[in-house]
Amino acid sequence: MGFNIYDFSGMTHNMHLWFSERMSPTATTIVEWTIIGVSYMLFVALFGLFLVYAERKVCAAFQQRLGPTRVGFWGLLQTIADFIKLLMKELIMPKSADRFLYNLAPFIVMIATFLAMAVLPFAKGLQTLDFDIGIFYVTAVSSVGVIGILLAGWSSNNKYSLIGAMRSGAQILSYELSVSLSLVTIIILAGSMQLSVIVESQRDSWFLFKGHIPSLIAFVIFLIAGTAETNRGPFDLAEAESELTAGFHTEYSGIKFAFFFLAEYINMFIVSAMAVTVFLGGWMPLHFGSFESFNVVMDFIPPLVWFFMKVLGVIFLIMWFKWTFPRLRVDQILTLEWKYLLPINLINIILMSLVVLTKFHL
Amino acid sequence: MSEIKEIIMHSDKIHTDEYLVNMGPQHPSTHGVLRLLVRLEGEIVHNIQPHVGYIHSGIEKMCEAISYPQVIHLTDRMDYLSAHMNNEAVALCIENALQVEVPERVKYIRTIMDELSRLASHQLWWCVMGMDLGALTTFFYGLRDREHILDIFEETCGARMTLNYSVPGGVMFDIHPNFQKRVKDFIKEFRKKLPEYDELLTGNVIFQERTKNIGYLSLEDAIAWGVTGPSGRGSGFSCDVRKHQPYSAYPLVQFEEKLDTKGDTFTRYRLRIEEMHESLHIIEQLIDNIPEGDFAVKMKGVVKLPEGEFYQRVETARGEFGVYIVSDGKKNPYRVKFRSPGFSNLFALNKMAAGHKIADLVAIMSTLDLVIPDIDR
Repeated sequence: MGFNIYDFSGMTHNMHLWFSERMSPTATTIVEWTIIGVSYMLFVALFGLFLVYAERKVCAAFQQRLGPTRVGFWGLLQTIADFIKLLMKELIMPKSADRFLYNLAPFIVMIATFLAMAVLPFAKGLQTLDFDIGIFYVTAVSSVGVIGILLAGWSSNNKYSLIGAMRSGAQILSYELSVSLSLVTIIILAGSMQLSVIVESQRDSWFLFKGHIPSLIAFVIFLIAGTAETNRGPFDLAEAESELTAGFHTEYSGIKFAFFFLAEYINMFIVSAMAVTVFLGGWMPLHFGSFESFNVVMDFIPPLVWFFMKVLGVIFLIMWFKWTFPRLRVDQILTLEWKYLLPINLINIILMSLVVLTKFHL
Repeated sequence: MSEIKEIIMHSDKIHTDEYLVNMGPQHPSTHGVLRLLVRLEGEIVHNIQPHVGYIHSGIEKMCEAISYPQVIHLTDRMDYLSAHMNNEAVALCIENALQVEVPERVKYIRTIMDELSRLASHQLWWCVMGMDLGALTTFFYGLRDREHILDIFEETCGARMTLNYSVPGGVMFDIHPNFQKRVKDFIKEFRKKLPEYDELLTGNVIFQERTKNIGYLSLEDAIAWGVTGPSGRGSGFSCDVRKHQPYSAYPLVQFEEKLDTKGDTFTRYRLRIEEMHESLHIIEQLIDNIPEGDFAVKMKGVVKLPEGEFYQRVETARGEFGVYIVSDGKKNPYRVKFRSPGFSNLFALNKMAAGHKIADLVAIMSTLDLVIPDIDR
């Protein structure tokens, strides 16, 4: 196949050998962990900043503005300048805040995003952890973030923060169901929870097309629920600027606020990456059944490019939601989940099972 | 176990306390320095107590120390979005007191400027309404169109918001030669842009869910609390001063007073959108027929009102605005009282929002279209 030259597993394997020849096994592990950790941190910082910039440009386009243009070429350095500003700002803590929890909360939110990043397959062989319960793991750790939000709201000792945190709790716990169930639909189709296997089995056609209508429904539900889980778009009740000033992070300033801010964008990336991995073939190129020449050309585009192109496409969709729709009310958000998405999802799972049982899929 | 059973048995006796939240004076959706003392139970609003006065500037008292023409310049600092209507109200009041007949041209210009102000105000209201509900893009759509009106204002009298254009006896300057053309261009343009407003916000399912059957205000309550303007008309209270006590060129034009009896947030929203259409209609009737003549009558250097009480009301973008002047025959007024629409509208908020969620409170407050200096004066 054409994209073997883009396979990262050989490279990582060689790196591992190179380290093992020169150091003890313990040292090798520590060095490898450090490399992985540093590269993830760099990725989060840089990609997060890029997403903030992208959001500002996208929203400017929707609102007939130009967005940042002054700092750097096309305003590319604007977010870096903003980040430096946030780093240098004073950290203000409310007098009656719970010191320990208040300081802990941003880290929990950040840790949850890092945990979920660990299993994302960026390209063939470019995946830190590849276990057989990959999807299960992602849904599990992505809910850890809500603890951080709840703690932030509780420990700030601010009524707006508390309302925001409670909303966020109710919302994320509900939408977690939809996210998991829509993923279950695809697990039925794929027959595996291992992310690398899921990507590999989309070689010929992506699951979005393979599973016919049930897949499509699952994809739409995943997008809606995923947006809700990242506290974004029409579901940003936890922040709800016009109602709760800034919701759960009202009392945070400087770098601690930046943590929440960055985590929101990285969560958006994770949701998009999951949507891409599970529904849109991950890093797999676009293939059409019998168009051989077309498929070969597509194969020449590196998988990393494919992955990020798809992810950015989904991120653009999520941004589009945010800049078009008004915010839902808290009871409407729960109604949407429990009265519409959940029953549709359950029926959808039965439909998908029928499709798989009758081998109706492509 | 027995303890838990006991708690469950007496669960009706456990009351979680209501808590107070101070919305404002610094809050993104109070649009200024309004403070609402909101009593909440969880998300549900039980009682709202507005506290006003954070931007009180003593305009009524100041008026007693200055001459009549100078009063004009204070009035557009109150409801800065209906600045021209406020100016006109004082001008009309003084003219009526002195029994001065202004030229026809002045009436036409004033009415056109009134309606342009109303459009600009409603556009800004629409921006902010969307923003309060979390649809941030509306803000830029509205401001984009409002800019054209402000440009016209700037060309006419040099100011964009605090116009100071109407003075006793007429208007301060004649209209710019470009005025008619620019207004007509704007109408043509805005007629195309108005459907965009509906596409972006009115037709949105989430928006309709958020506003329909929320914040009901009955006709009786609307009258009892003196809720005027589109907010009152949404409850079926026919209170359009332009219809009931026509002033300036309003007797000469055909327009409809938009009324509805549903009384919910969505109705108040819809009526304002319809009012924008009506305003365009009114301007269209007048803009080609501005008669030739003077733009002001010559007034005395020192304006002295005869002894007595004078009242004049006009319809601003927010509702009925009244000017009450008591004169003792000197060159400055003895007492001036402004009846501002925002003040009366605000205090009906408790009637509308109690029992709804805190998110609805923001939406309801938004449809009242409050301008805080108008409330505090």
